Amino acid sequence: MIRLERVSKIYESGGKKVEAVKDVSLHIKKGDIFGIIGFSGAGKSTLLRLVNLLERPTKGNIIVDNYDLNSISSKDLRQLRRKIGMIFQTFNLFNSRTVYGNIAYPLKLEKKSKEEIHQRVTELLQFVGLEDKADKFPEQLSGGQKQRVGIARALATSPDILLCDEATSALDPETTNEILNLLKKVNEEFNITILLITHEMNVIRKICNRVAVMENGRIIEEGEVFNIFSNPQEKTTKNFISSVVNEKLSSSLLEKLRKDHERKLYRIVFSGDTASQPILSTLTAKHNIHFNIIYGSINELQNQLFGNLIVEFIGADSQIEEVLKELTEIVEVREVTNGES
Amino acid sequence: MKVDWTTFWPRILQATGETITMVIFTLIFASILGIIMGLLLFVTRKGNILENRFIFSFLNLLINIIRPIPFIIFLVAISPLTRFAVGTTIGTTAAIFPMTIAAAFAIARVVENNLVSIDPGIIEAAKAMGASPIQIIFGVLIPEALGPLILGITFITVGLIDFSAMAGTVGGGGLGDLAMTYGYQRFDTSVMIVTVVILIILVQIAQFIGNMLSRFFLRR
Repeated sequence: MIRLERVSKIYESGGKKVEAVKDVSLHIKKGDIFGIIGFSGAGKSTLLRLVNLLERPTKGNIIVDNYDLNSISSKDLRQLRRKIGMIFQTFNLFNSRTVYGNIAYPLKLEKKSKEEIHQRVTELLQFVGLEDKADKFPEQLSGGQKQRVGIARALATSPDILLCDEATSALDPETTNEILNLLKKVNEEFNITILLITHEMNVIRKICNRVAVMENGRIIEEGEVFNIFSNPQEKTTKNFISSVVNEKLSSSLLEKLRKDHERKLYRIVFSGDTASQPILSTLTAKHNIHFNIIYGSINELQNQLFGNLIVEFIGADSQIEEVLKELTEIVEVREVTNGES
Repeated sequence: MKVDWTTFWPRILQATGETITMVIFTLIFASILGIIMGLLLFVTRKGNILENRFIFSFLNLLINIIRPIPFIIFLVAISPLTRFAVGTTIGTTAAIFPMTIAAAFAIARVVENNLVSIDPGIIEAAKAMGASPIQIIFGVLIPEALGPLILGITFITVGLIDFSAMAGTVGGGGLGDLAMTYGYQRFDTSVMIVTVVILIILVQIAQFIGNMLSRFFLRR
């Protein structure tokens, strides 16, 4: 659907060269909700704009919907853009048009008849739940309502791809969830491929199936959301994950725990099927030792469970070793040291 | 020698008519020219939808040359051009020409300033929808800037009433002419007062209409 091959974007301003996107290759498949996460200035906004050529790449190839963007004519580009919807952090609605007028605008560009426009706009207003706001102007709407109009407007021409530029960053947590649910619905009901950029790991966790982590213009890590969450490699990725999955203990708490528990502490990471099976209790019962859960969290990710426990084992050392050996074969086990919490 | 007010009222009425004619025709022609120039200036800016350094620099320089010239000097300076275009340099019609040129450049700046204040994100959104530059100009830029634009043009209109008084002094007719010849040169204060009061009323009416229109388009 969207393929980027070794794409770079270099800006030149005042003799200085700024490389916003460095040698990025990505493949976004049809039906994906693909998230790109990064801090501000990581280059994700530029990367997103390369897909509909709001920014032109300095190097590399971009193929969208079988169009090679390096050689696309301006007429074809306008046609392609009508197949790529886009929503924005600041909504970018036309203040001079009503809600109805905003959603109708892309259809007017396609020279659709009044009846066709009316039918489509009515459909979309229903889809985003704003039937009663058709004649309101953007300034009369709340942030969440504005983004709903943005989504309806982006969907008007029945696109194959939806680009989301920090679409929930200006919204409160509750409204963010509503909009994310709506985006999920867009993906599922219309089979629209979604490419979104965000700095909130929560957004990735809630709706994305694939994620790429971006830093200093490069993609530093990419994969299935579940795999990235359960086994992150890069420091930045781990930081983003810890912002939503609170698996880290503060060093002061760890110190206190150490005082109360003289035994070694182990972190056990469950994912997928193992998260729902009584592995710990089965194994400890088998070797006749006890376990004590000191800290734990279980999260849902992509309809799978993802658990994280810190436990101590109580019993004979040799038995504990046996349990650890068998556990390691099924799940990830790490001793909690002072450095790693 | 004071004027005889029983016979002078028709002169006042005629002069008011001349002033209104000058202002309205200037407004129409200058708005057309000014809006085109202002739009061109905006869309050819660096990074904008029809970026063109040559057109932008040329227009920008031209506006900056014409605008600082005091109108009374400009009026005289371009009189050969006026004679060429209108056939004469005297009378109401002849006054409209220099007024239009001067006002068009002022309107161009007003238009440009109002367009610059449009959120670039809105233009980006239209681009992302596949709108062509022409569709963006007429479907997005003009409607989005219309409210403040009307206020800006109202401001220029009030200035035009001032211009028309000056044009009057070089034979353009109108209230300015009357105030100068009867009020100033013949020391008839009553003529001065009457013309000034009429000018004030005209300015009030122009401002009122402008406010009303802009409120209609801004819906605030």
